[in-house]
Amino acid sequence: MSTKVIVETTINGVPETFVCEPRQTLLEVLREELGLTGTKEGCGNGNCGACCVLLDGRPVNSCLVLAVEAQGREIVTIEGLAADGLHPLQQAFLEHGALQCGACTPGFLVSAKALLDAHPRPTEQQARRWLAGNLCRCTGYDKIIRAVLDAAERMQADGSAGEAALADKAEAGATGNAPQSSSRPTAGEEVRPA
Amino acid sequence: MKVTEKNGHEYRVIGTRPIRHDGVDKVTGRAQFGADVRLPGMLYGQVVRSPYPHARIKSIDTRRAQEHPGVRAIITAADMPALDTDAVAELGEGAIELKYASQLIMARDKVVYQGQPVAAVAATTRQAARDAARLIEVEYEPLPVVEDALAAMDPGAPLIHADLYTVTPGGGKAEQPSNVAKHIQYERGDLEAGFAEADVVIEREFRTAMVHQGYIEPQNATASWEADGRLTVWTSTQGAFSAREQLAQLLQIPAGRIRVIPMEVGGGFGGKIQVYLEPIAALLSRKAGRPVKMWMSRAEVFTGTGPGSPTYIRCKLGAKRSGALVAAQLYMVYDAGAFPGAPVGAGAVTALSPYRVPNFRIDGYDVVTNKPRVQSYRAPGAPQAAFAVETVLDEIAESLGMDPVELRLKNASAEGDRLVYGTPFNRIGFREVLEAVRDHPHYNAPLPERRGPYAFGRGVAAGFWFGGSLTSTVQLTFNPDGTVNLITGSVDLSGSRASLAMIVAEELGLEPHEVKPIVADTDTVGYTDVTGGSRTTYATGTACWRACQDAIAQLKVRAAQLLEADPDAVTFGGGEFWLWEEPQYRISLKEVVANLQKTGGPIVAKGIVNKLKMAPAFGAHIVDVGVDLETGKVDIVRYTAVQDVGKAIHPTAVEGQLQGGAAQGIGWALFEGYVFDGGVMRNPNFLDYRLPTALDLPMIDTVLVEVPASDGPYGVRGVGETPIVPPIAAVANAIARATGVRIRELPMSPERVWRALGGADQPASDDQAGETG
Repeated sequence: MSTKVIVETTINGVPETFVCEPRQTLLEVLREELGLTGTKEGCGNGNCGACCVLLDGRPVNSCLVLAVEAQGREIVTIEGLAADGLHPLQQAFLEHGALQCGACTPGFLVSAKALLDAHPRPTEQQARRWLAGNLCRCTGYDKIIRAVLDAAERMQADGSAGEAALADKAEAGATGNAPQSSSRPTAGEEVRPA
Repeated sequence: MKVTEKNGHEYRVIGTRPIRHDGVDKVTGRAQFGADVRLPGMLYGQVVRSPYPHARIKSIDTRRAQEHPGVRAIITAADMPALDTDAVAELGEGAIELKYASQLIMARDKVVYQGQPVAAVAATTRQAARDAARLIEVEYEPLPVVEDALAAMDPGAPLIHADLYTVTPGGGKAEQPSNVAKHIQYERGDLEAGFAEADVVIEREFRTAMVHQGYIEPQNATASWEADGRLTVWTSTQGAFSAREQLAQLLQIPAGRIRVIPMEVGGGFGGKIQVYLEPIAALLSRKAGRPVKMWMSRAEVFTGTGPGSPTYIRCKLGAKRSGALVAAQLYMVYDAGAFPGAPVGAGAVTALSPYRVPNFRIDGYDVVTNKPRVQSYRAPGAPQAAFAVETVLDEIAESLGMDPVELRLKNASAEGDRLVYGTPFNRIGFREVLEAVRDHPHYNAPLPERRGPYAFGRGVAAGFWFGGSLTSTVQLTFNPDGTVNLITGSVDLSGSRASLAMIVAEELGLEPHEVKPIVADTDTVGYTDVTGGSRTTYATGTACWRACQDAIAQLKVRAAQLLEADPDAVTFGGGEFWLWEEPQYRISLKEVVANLQKTGGPIVAKGIVNKLKMAPAFGAHIVDVGVDLETGKVDIVRYTAVQDVGKAIHPTAVEGQLQGGAAQGIGWALFEGYVFDGGVMRNPNFLDYRLPTALDLPMIDTVLVEVPASDGPYGVRGVGETPIVPPIAAVANAIARATGVRIRELPMSPERVWRALGGADQPASDDQAGETG
């Protein structure tokens, strides 16, 4: 048994202080100590993405983050996604039927939020690349990708991501943000004749 | 997506796409899955597992663990009832002998697979439980390991179970013990004469790897054994009643003392029927006097639960120049892992039943090895069989210069044709499915031109699943606002709640969200079998329909009171009761419901299904692959899944089933497989056992063909199993068309494809490269 540590952090916009063992993961503390069970454990070693949360705005697998690393940082979990009603991503997931069992869904939504924060108008290939760290065993990803692209479009239309969109456009223009093309098509790329 | 309408009925709710009832909970993180349970005073449990695939347990010393701070209970097989019976535990989808099921929970005297539990500990924190588990000292005497099923069949192979005697096709038992648990046989016609008649005969060997269902949520269980002997278990299971029956048998306590509360399930695909942790958590709770929660790590899921059966299949088909199949012979070895029970029966039946073959013989073997004991995995046994048969069919089409869809159409079974065990099919839509493939733009689109080292090919393959019935109970109760509670024992794995509620809404003239579907526990609803075998929307859906008829009959009496008429004069439709003779006198169902207290009190309606006719669902998939001839990497560039779904209740959910099944099949074909080294799994994680990711797949198009089933409402068929059956062969056929090389061993990894293409001087360990290169 090791000495416990006090950690001060912000979770979903609310200051939170918790006590944990230094070896406990952020995932375990969120779920077992703080009752934030929306974040799921699928593999415990960073391969499935079910435990994805935002740490200072960046998507991380919370099973690979020690809880003590959360000291002084901001965490957003699935419970923090819906603010004024459902987030457009959540709404799009419902309308497109982008979930079946729902175990991977929180991780996908958090990853997708990170994607849209960085790239408000992702291409299909960009979305697939950003979400490749989240495993889904039920859907074959088709409806998830459609939901993410649809949510992006709706947020554009609503202007809810207007400023970010401009930033993204500038970034894409400057750095060639689109996935690198090669002679080898990858999954999802349109190769069939029109 | 397009729907091919065949039955022409118009429905108000059926066929629409409402948002599922549990949707908001699942996108906001509020849905309660098994591992989300938290009880006052709860302890954490941890299993100690065998590192050896085959060993005698010489001793287990728990003293150091017992003294570890926080430890409250430790159990071994000595705490479990010894079950030396021949009784069989029916799982609803598969079965297992009780004495073996008991050893899946806790090894007794000997371990027969790596990952088999030998002890378990409960402690106040998860860390303490894990630390204490490491302090339990188990002394093993390793025994010779039997890893491969064909080697296990050798008369000289080490015996895994000294008391296992082959059950022979006649039902007798062999005299000498062996690793072959069962030999099954199906025959028709005259095999030799059939092959003699054939213009083309092709015989090939196929091998498939052990694969895992790969559900994202690991197994979990929380148990609370009360002082008066009542046991409550919260778990992620495909069947609360099945879990209860298994617990009663394994723990030798009356089922009535056990309450199983099914939590939301993070995927099952057949793998969450067998109990694993539930009895352990129960025994730890009894010993500690406190609730115990436990869940598996991903490595425990891989090694300690039941994957899909690895197989060796030899398939020989003979056809006339016209394409007519005249003879077939199959030799099918299904590896059960450590205890008998591989799905070779379903494999044998699904292999040839799709086609009319006048002469055949199928020999199937259920063989034990020192590997995890297999469980059902979506259409258990069928994808392996279809890989063999559908690949050889493709070769026959090639050698006859015939379109592979035309060849299948020429031989496809239809209503009245017999399954291999003799029963005739009722109405099936195999031909309609094949015609939809033949006419689909994807099938007729030109393939992309070769680009550098990148060659393209198109493959097709077909398959089916029976469509289960079993038992379901549905209860309806009514709220004063006119809404309805739909109480079902069918656990919801993928959104079936919505489909069931839609059936009730359709029948009662309500909106889907005026029906509130509730998955009940074993104390609060009548017996209901597992959610599995594509039975829920079909069988439980039929129970919903029946419950509605019961409700309408009861409400009619109340409506008659309110209309001051005789009940026989009242009829119902579109959500209203009215008088036959005087239709101006009418009252809405909601109004009748609002007045139940005045007309005799509440009503409870019920619907029970015990046995429906089989409702087989046939599917066929089209896939375009791009193969990198330099590296052997295969990309899926276009995919279309076509299936007869009877009637799509919620088309979005049905499309999702087709897409998800196709994705699992693609994973099985290209990426997935246990890697064993002397019976020890070397890749028990999602990095080295690779599921398809969003980057590996294109959009998956679906075509829902609607040929109504012979039984049940609206012609609905269960849809979930079938879509995993065709993909493996479809991908293999596409690779062959792209490269001219046939791969007959899974997974068709870049290395295996590269070797088959002659990329290395040495052939691979399998015989494929030499044969085809």
